[in-house]
Amino acid sequence: MGQTIAEKIFSTHLVDEPFGDVSVLKLDRVFCHEITTPIAINDLQKRGKDRVFDPDKIKAVIDHVSPAKDSKTAVQGKILRDWARKHQIRDFFDIGANGVCHALFPEKGYVRPGFTVIMGDSHTCTHGAFGAFAAGVGTTDLEVGILKGVCTFKKPKTIRIELTGNLPDGVYAKDVILYVIGQISVNGATNMVMEFCGSCVDQMSMEERMTLCNMAVEAGATSGICYPDMTTVEYLWPFIRDDFQSKEAALESYSKYISDDDAEYEAVKTFDISNLEPLVTYGYKPDNVKTVTEMAGTSVDQVYIGSCTNGRIEDLRVAAKILEGHVISPTVRAIVSPATPKIFNQAMEEGLMKIFMDAGFCVTNPTCGACLGMSNGILAPGEVAATTTNRNFNGRMGKGGMVHLMSPATAAASAIQGVITNSPMFIG
Amino acid sequence: MKDFKGPVLFLDRSDINTDEIIPAKYLTENEKEALKPHLLEDLILEGFDASKDITGNRVVVTRQNFGCGSSREHAPWAFEVNGYHVVIAEGFARIFRQNMYNCGMLAIDLAASDISRLFDEFAGSGAWIEVDVSAGAIEVYALGENRDRQGEVMASIPFEMSGFDRALIESGGWVEYADSHY
Repeated sequence: MGQTIAEKIFSTHLVDEPFGDVSVLKLDRVFCHEITTPIAINDLQKRGKDRVFDPDKIKAVIDHVSPAKDSKTAVQGKILRDWARKHQIRDFFDIGANGVCHALFPEKGYVRPGFTVIMGDSHTCTHGAFGAFAAGVGTTDLEVGILKGVCTFKKPKTIRIELTGNLPDGVYAKDVILYVIGQISVNGATNMVMEFCGSCVDQMSMEERMTLCNMAVEAGATSGICYPDMTTVEYLWPFIRDDFQSKEAALESYSKYISDDDAEYEAVKTFDISNLEPLVTYGYKPDNVKTVTEMAGTSVDQVYIGSCTNGRIEDLRVAAKILEGHVISPTVRAIVSPATPKIFNQAMEEGLMKIFMDAGFCVTNPTCGACLGMSNGILAPGEVAATTTNRNFNGRMGKGGMVHLMSPATAAASAIQGVITNSPMFIG
Repeated sequence: MKDFKGPVLFLDRSDINTDEIIPAKYLTENEKEALKPHLLEDLILEGFDASKDITGNRVVVTRQNFGCGSSREHAPWAFEVNGYHVVIAEGFARIFRQNMYNCGMLAIDLAASDISRLFDEFAGSGAWIEVDVSAGAIEVYALGENRDRQGEVMASIPFEMSGFDRALIESGGWVEYADSHY
């Protein structure tokens, strides 16, 4: 019988199968940030086990609250910084070089097809866009990952999400993933790997695939995952050119991480996205999804463009194109947060930052802050946000606030109008 | 092993997420004890009042997909520092479930019919639950006036536990287990 991509990755990383229940996997990457790692570090020190399995496979960043907003967050940064120095973790990103982890680490070429990746962050599933098994874990799993380079998972069941058709104008990867979550529910992929494939995915850039995989956890998935192809190779080429004689050779090597035709799936869902409309969430669950047309006219207090879902250069380009020559509504405040310094620089060079600023946006440094209501754009009770982030849970961006998730195009158009509205890119 | 018994807090809702269990603004704490006053602070549930309903209970019974959302282990920790070592549900988000066992605590899956029975028969009057880990059963008792165990066992519901989960509970968590095995 054939194997899914996730099963292939499990086979090549298997260390142990205790009691036959679970697979203990060898890890290629352990990513760390300053919110969930310091407690793991403290615990390792308390246990007299302050060691790391391999400093080159551990990458760390201060990203959630950056720069530190108070003494407590300053201490979290300090614990991570001191630890990274002590253990010679060379790939540690402090302010000035830091960015949102799930945008920064892919940009640095740290994730390759066939890799196993964990991080103490649920949106680690983003890295599955590269054909990797990438899972968010808690602090204890992270701690063991740091110490031993292993993590346990149940044997991976896979739900195959086949996306066919061409994306209509003005409809983006964000709309696609909101649609899928709306269809299968916030519990539809629990304990499963969500494998994205089909002609729609084949045509997507790596940035779009990351948006897709990023929200797999909102359907409960352990990891999102896409097949490696020439788009993957092109993206990674600057980092792998010494490993392969040609891009074709890289592709051939990576092609072993494609699911077999006779692989077994827990479920297969096929969605034709040819007639998809821009979507937006309502309520407090990511599967509460309506069309923007249905929600049009909903007043907005704050617009936010950024995050590990939609803070990449393509997202900023789309938003800037809509904002060019416009100013935001006087009833709205708007924030754009490029996800990494590279994206920030690129956006400046392309003139996007001037467009955002001329439109009346506040530009922040790269950070996760506002998305989870920790810093840089928290809502007051009763306020409404139109945002490109990934969670609309009660209180997510500030106690008593309401969060509507949407694409950067819809967010930009809504900033201009002061109400939720379809972008001019979408011709309904 | 931790103790797995006490009065039950019934949370009659599915998809309770970890932001509701412990909001992100408290993730700046580096000591688990600091999470204690904030457990379930942002939970939306009719009739639920975090300031009154948490103290005195020890076991949670809830519905489907409990602990979805963020990977924060602060969610199990917030329960732990309030004396809760057991959550019984129709289903859990993967990371929350793993975090519970990694901390040596129980996340027990029951069939929807068993969960409904617990709500229907006991949510109104209150209940005391004891988990017999070695037998793999949940024993339900009436709750006395002093919130203590009352009378004979009223229901015994078996549950399944994998060998690995049992090993984590018995060894006190994943760090000790992993360090002695790998």
